[in-house]
Formats: sequence, structure tokens, C-alpha cells
Amino acid sequence: MEFFRIKHDIPFMRYGKITTAISALTFVFAVLALVLRGLNFGIDFTGGTIIEVAYQHPAPIEQIRSVLDKAGIHDATVQNYGDSSDVLIHLPVRAKDNGKGQSSEVVMAALKAQDTSVNLKRVDFVGPQVGKELYDNGALALLVVAGGILLYLAIRFEWRFALAAIIANTHDVVIILGCFAFFQWEFNLTVLAGVLAVLGYSVNESVVVFDRIRENLRKMRKASIPEVIDNAITATMSRTIITHGMTETMVLAMLFFGGDALHNFALALTIGILFGIYSSVLVASPLLLMLGVKREHFIKQQVKSDVRADGAQV
Amino acid sequence: MNRFPLWKNLLIGAILLISLIYTLPNLFGEAPAVQVAPTNPAFKANAQLLQEVTDELKAASITPQMAEISGDTVRVRLANTDAQLKARDVLQNRFRDGYSVALNLVSASPAWLTAIGAKPMFLGLDLRGGVHFLLQVDMQAALAKALQRNANDLKSQLRDQNIHYTGIDSSAQGIVLHFADAATREQAAAFINKEFPDLQFTQRDTAGDFALQGGLRADVTKRLQDSAVQQNITTLRNRVNELGVTEPLIQQQGTDRVVVELAGVQDTAKAKEILGRTATLEIRLVDDSHDIAAAVQGQVPFDDDLLTERNGMPILVKKTAELTGDYITDASPGFDQQSSQPAVHVNLDSRGARIFRDVTRDNVGKRMAILLIEKGKAEVITAPVIREEIDGGRVQITGMQSPQEASDIALLLRAGALAAPMDIIEERTVGPSLGADNIRKGFESNQWGFVAVVIFMMFYYRLFGVFSALALTANGLLLIALLSVMQATLTLPGMAGIALTLGMAIDANVLINERIREELRNGSSPQAAIHAGYDRAWGTILDSNITNLIAGIALFWLGSGPVRGFAVVLCLGILTSMFSAVTISRALVNLYYGRRARLSNLSI
Repeated sequence: MEFFRIKHDIPFMRYGKITTAISALTFVFAVLALVLRGLNFGIDFTGGTIIEVAYQHPAPIEQIRSVLDKAGIHDATVQNYGDSSDVLIHLPVRAKDNGKGQSSEVVMAALKAQDTSVNLKRVDFVGPQVGKELYDNGALALLVVAGGILLYLAIRFEWRFALAAIIANTHDVVIILGCFAFFQWEFNLTVLAGVLAVLGYSVNESVVVFDRIRENLRKMRKASIPEVIDNAITATMSRTIITHGMTETMVLAMLFFGGDALHNFALALTIGILFGIYSSVLVASPLLLMLGVKREHFIKQQVKSDVRADGAQV
Repeated sequence: MNRFPLWKNLLIGAILLISLIYTLPNLFGEAPAVQVAPTNPAFKANAQLLQEVTDELKAASITPQMAEISGDTVRVRLANTDAQLKARDVLQNRFRDGYSVALNLVSASPAWLTAIGAKPMFLGLDLRGGVHFLLQVDMQAALAKALQRNANDLKSQLRDQNIHYTGIDSSAQGIVLHFADAATREQAAAFINKEFPDLQFTQRDTAGDFALQGGLRADVTKRLQDSAVQQNITTLRNRVNELGVTEPLIQQQGTDRVVVELAGVQDTAKAKEILGRTATLEIRLVDDSHDIAAAVQGQVPFDDDLLTERNGMPILVKKTAELTGDYITDASPGFDQQSSQPAVHVNLDSRGARIFRDVTRDNVGKRMAILLIEKGKAEVITAPVIREEIDGGRVQITGMQSPQEASDIALLLRAGALAAPMDIIEERTVGPSLGADNIRKGFESNQWGFVAVVIFMMFYYRLFGVFSALALTANGLLLIALLSVMQATLTLPGMAGIALTLGMAIDANVLINERIREELRNGSSPQAAIHAGYDRAWGTILDSNITNLIAGIALFWLGSGPVRGFAVVLCLGILTSMFSAVTISRALVNLYYGRRARLSNLSI
């Protein structure tokens, strides 16, 4: 069985302007979403308390609200989570908490007094200081990963390749973040881990194409650079789609079976992998062309003698 | 050209066999257990204790599945959690003093597996349930305490030396000493230099005021901070032992933070209370010479604190502590023999006993306040009149409102004081039901993803797809074996990491298979196509995996908790996938096709 039996190279580079324009548009859209709506940061980054409780019966949301209000907790948000018997209570950071993390006890005591069937499933309390550190570390991790990949590709290939790949993949990251901002999905530590994994993963896509471009530059002496790139993309396309399809299958299994805890993580990966295919093929390669990649960047020694030989022959 | 030498095939076989063995414990899982550990060094976990434990269980008609001595604990494995809880209650009743009885999970694997060190993967708190606390040590308070102690010493020693100071201020920022003239100040500075190596002073002159200003030296501050964290960790460990938690994790993080992870703790409120309490005992003299009414009006004497007794009466107490909780060796709850009021019996060490004797001897007829200091707030438990000199270091404290309070205070005193107060700055509690739920969901997503990938690969690449699927299975096996052997913590994101690495691992096989197809299209012979396919794909596989590895390492370095678990799995998974996708699938292909000299087509 074979899905992609392509006889002629697809002239991807001819559409370079269109694909770049589409990318630019989605990118701008993502940036706008980020600027206008902003990310809905989870308590990992903002600090605060999340309490997840389960009832034996459908949860009495209104009653919970009034019970908490009576217990002196006025700024809690109460909502259903998962199914109707599960409730998520979110308490923002308060100055008077003084980082003691006592509020979860108050909440549980109040709820227990009202209904003994209530069961504590999970408490996450993050002090504001820790939240800020997690935020800083997350941002640092993003920079370190991007820098590390840039450096590796620059050494392994050439700086134009490195730059093209990192721009293409930063574009993926911005689009994931843009989706999270637009739909106001909660952005927490696990989602950040997903985003970083996407960064590592979709660069690998660019690497495969670049590898082929490098190989073609050496083999296809007569071809122009756009032809070389077109051939490389066409040759690796089957692999690109199959392999991403496989990873996407795994990620979708996570999205459907992994439960609430993994939902947003899987969501980030799903979006990241989908855009990863697009960006490494249709963003990174035109960028490479724009940055002016030349055959000489790879075959320097031979090139020098070739130039002279060419001059004599032609 | 497509044959592996025998040793290579054997090596691959051996690696797979070893991985299989070390993966097995995960299939057996863990069984509920109860462990009895002596906390008193006088008792040992030996055959006699083992016998006592099994006898006790037999008397309660509980049959343990297994009973053994493991290190310095006795463990019994039970059929289910009901039996476990029952056994715990029975054993707790019997081994009340000097032992800690706790719930635990032990590997349910056959003995031979345990003997070769094969254990199931170590599950993180999000999978097994439990609490994670990040505590911040309040260094300012620790330093202020040290300064106050030094200032007290300074006062009494300067007085002993007849060096007259006109005033002394001590705050968290430092100590300021005031003198009437420059000569006295010189004298004091020389004396302090000699006798107080921890302190450092500089001269400060403002009109008519000759002062010495200073505080703790930088290196002393550093030392104090280190030891404060260390002492807090020790104290926490003692307290956790009192809670009866098995395998608690208590670790320093950074310069002034402590991580506490307690698996399987159900009553988090109690845990938090016990951990967070910074109570210590102080014995101070009551100042009855000043007017209490004036003090209530706001005129509190310079070296006194205005506190409230339990009956609501205000009381003036000296700032200087005669004795602190540091000298306590043991504390137990009980009752006063005459009044049968709840009481705490405290034993002091020899130095504490001597101090206490001196204090009581010198102050017969005066009142002595016993204070419980918690989070910088002092509470007077009782303030009895000293009738006579008390020798021997045994002190009975009454004034508790209930036997429960007496037992709480005794626990706090016994477990030691925290050198500095701590605040919980991060808490993550996962209930046991959610943990089990997470395991199930994590496992299911892996299972379905895996099945889908394998089916597709077999359809799409036929026999080579089967090889790829087998290589992927081997990859999963290697990864789980590696995680089990390393006892790296498996978290829910870690389980997601397994799924993700399996999804990414297949990439290498797709690359190889596509390359072989391409070589065949370009007219290579089947054998040459296999060879070239593996050969050419390797460079690409390496490159693409290294970029993934960079992301994994950064996550491990900067991530915390569950995210770090994800990073570990990601990194290990990348390494195992490079081995399995390239070497194992190649071995399979070689075994199948390698010996055929005339191969006309490949099933790909």
C-alpha cells in the first residue's frame, strides 16, 4: 500500500509567496489573539488554589456557592468539571492568605458540614512567588530550547538552515499560544511542556527536509535551488505525512482517553503537530530560499575548483 | 551484506530478555501492606518482632500473605485494603510506644524477581495519591532569633565585665549599643572582638552618642541559614515519622526551601498542621515587679513582653528565655497525679536540667511562665509559682485544656522545634481515587494509540511494518524496563511522554521504510535497498532525535514535579527508540532476508 506515488516534483517553491502569506496571516491572527485576549494562565503561573471535589450525586453548585460565601470565601469560582458530580473550586491569591495555604481546609470543612458525601480529589495550591518562578523558568526553558536547537542546526548544517527552521517552528509555537489565547483554554505547566515538546518535534521535521536538500545539493548539480528544494520536499512528503499521522494518532488517543488532566496537553500537541507539518514544509523551505542558500555553502572545496572548471568548459 | 554477526544477534536477544525480566514486576503490581518500624533505638526489627507481629495478626484472625523483615522494618503483605486497614488498627494497638505502624505498598512480584532488584516503576504522587508540599524557610525570623540570643548574651556579659552601656537595641536588622563616652566604647569593642567572634561591629557617632552598630558576620549568617534548613529537615523527618508515613521524601531545594512528599496520606489537614507547626517551648520568668495596669495602658517595660494567660489575665513576662525547647529530650502526655488534670511530662537533657535547677533555685517564690511559641506568637500555657528547687530534669507542665491538647503539645515538643518558621508556598494533593483514575486513563491512551499505530504500520508497510511494530514493542519494553531499573518517578505527564515517544519512535522506522522503497524505485536490488535505506536514514534519525533531546533536557533542567517526570521519559524514550528502531528492526530484517542470496522483491 502506498498513498503518495508522485511521479513529478511538486513545485512547492512556486507557491512560496502564497504559503508565506497564509502563514503570515495565521501568525498575525495568533499574535492578535495573544495581545487582545491574552493567555488564560492556570494557577501554576498566577498562584492561587484549585480544589477538585466529587459528590456521590450531581453536585449542588448553587448550594456550594452559598456555603462558601457563608464561610467567608467570597471570591471563589465554582464550576462543574468532567461530569456533573465533580466540582472545581478556584480561589485566587489573596494577600491575607500570607502564603499559608490554609484555605483548602476551610473550604473542605465548610463543604463537609453541608454534605458528608463530598470527597476531596485534588488540591493545587501555588503561592504567588512560586507562580512567578514557574513562569520565569517556563519562559527561560522556551528560550533555552530555541537557542539550543538554533545552535545545533547551525553547527550541523549552516546558519541559514538554523534560522529558517527556528523561525518556522517559533511560528508553530506562536500559533499554539494564539489558539490557547483565542479559545481561552487554560495554559498551565503541562501545556508548556507540550509546547516545548512540539518545538523539539517539529524541528525534526525541518531537519528531515533539510537533510534531503543538502543531499540533493550535492547530487543534483544541474538543478536550480528551487528545484532542489521541490525535489527534497516531494521525496520526503510521504514520510512526513505518515510519521506525523502516527504521532498524531498517539496524541489523539491521549486527547480522547487521557482524561481531563491531559486534555490541554494533548490539545497543544495536536495543534502543534498539525501546524508542524505545514510550517516545516511550506514555511521553512521558502524562508531558506529567501535567506539565499547556495550550493557553495556545502561543497566549498569542490566548488572552488568547479567554478574554474566550469569557466573553462562553458 | 545484510547479516549481523552472531554476537550482535545474541547481544540484542540478551538485552531484550533482561528488559523483559525487569518489566515483569509492573505486571504484578503492588499489594497493600502494613509495616512496623521501631522508632526507639532500643528496639530492633528482628525475628522476634516478626513473630510478635504475626501472632498479633493471627489473634485477630488476619492471615497475611507474606511477612518479612526488610531493612529495619517488619512488613506484612495483605490480600486487600480492608485487611490492610484492619491489620493496621490491630498492630497500632499493640505496638503503641517505640514503634511506628504505617500503611505501605509492596511489590507483589515473586520473590526471585525482588531478589534480583526488579521493582515496579516508582509512581509519582499524581498517580498513587498523596501530598506534595514546598515549604519556604523564613530566614529573616531565624536570623532575628539568633541576633536576639546574641544580644541577650552580650547584655549579661557586658554587665559581668562592668562595661557600662547606656542602651541596646536589637532588631532583625542588627544590634546597636550605645555608650556614654568613647573610652568605654573602645573597651567594649575590644571585649566583643575577643568574646563574640560571630558578631561584627562598626563605630557610629552622632552628636553626643557613642554607638557600636553591627550584627552577624556574613559567613556566620550563611552558616546559620544552612543549619536552620538542615535542622528543619531533621525536625520534619521526626514529625513525619510520628505521622507514620512510609518512604517520605524530604529534601532541600535551593538555599531556603524544603520539599516534602508524602505518598498515600489521606488526612492532609492533619499532615499540614503537624508539618507547619513551629511550636517550641520557652520557660521565662514572670515580671511581677512592674505595674501590670500601666503595661496594659501601653507602658510595657523595656525588657518585658505583655502576654495573656489562658484565663484572659494579662501577664508581664521577661523577654529573655531561661530555657528553650532545644534542651528537651522527651515529652509525653499524661495526667497530673494530684489534680488528674491533663499534663505533659518533659525530660530535659543534662545541660537543660542544670539550667532548670539553677533557675528554680535562684527564683524560689517567684512565678515562672511556660510559653508555647508558635509562628512568633507566644502563648502562656501556665505560670506557676516556683515552690522549690527542681533537680533531675523532669518537668511536669499542666494547664492544658484537654488530653488531646496535651498529646498534641507533647508530640510537637518531642519531634523537636523548627529552627525557623516555614510557610507552605506550594501544595499539591491528589486523592487516592484520582491517582488510580489517572493510571487507568494514562494506560488506556497508550494502549489505543499503540494499537492504532501498529495496525496502520502493518497495513501500510506489510512485512516491514510488522518488523517496525515489533521494534516499537521492544522500544516500549526497553523504556519501561529502564524506568523500573532507574526507579525514576513516573507521573501522569510521564505516561503521556511514553505515548508521545512511541509515536515519535515510529518516525525512525517510517524514514527507513520510505527510504528503502525509494531505493527500490530507483532500481536498486532488494538487498542493496535494505542496506542503503538503513544507512542513509541513520544520519537523519540522529539529527531529528537530537533536537528532541535538546527540548527534553531543557525541560528536565527547568521543569519541576510532574513536568520533570515527562522530561525524563522523553529523554529516555528518545534514546531507546534510536536503539530499537535502528538496531532491533534491522536485526529482524537481517534474520528474515539477510540469508537469501537471490531476493527478487521485498514485502514493503
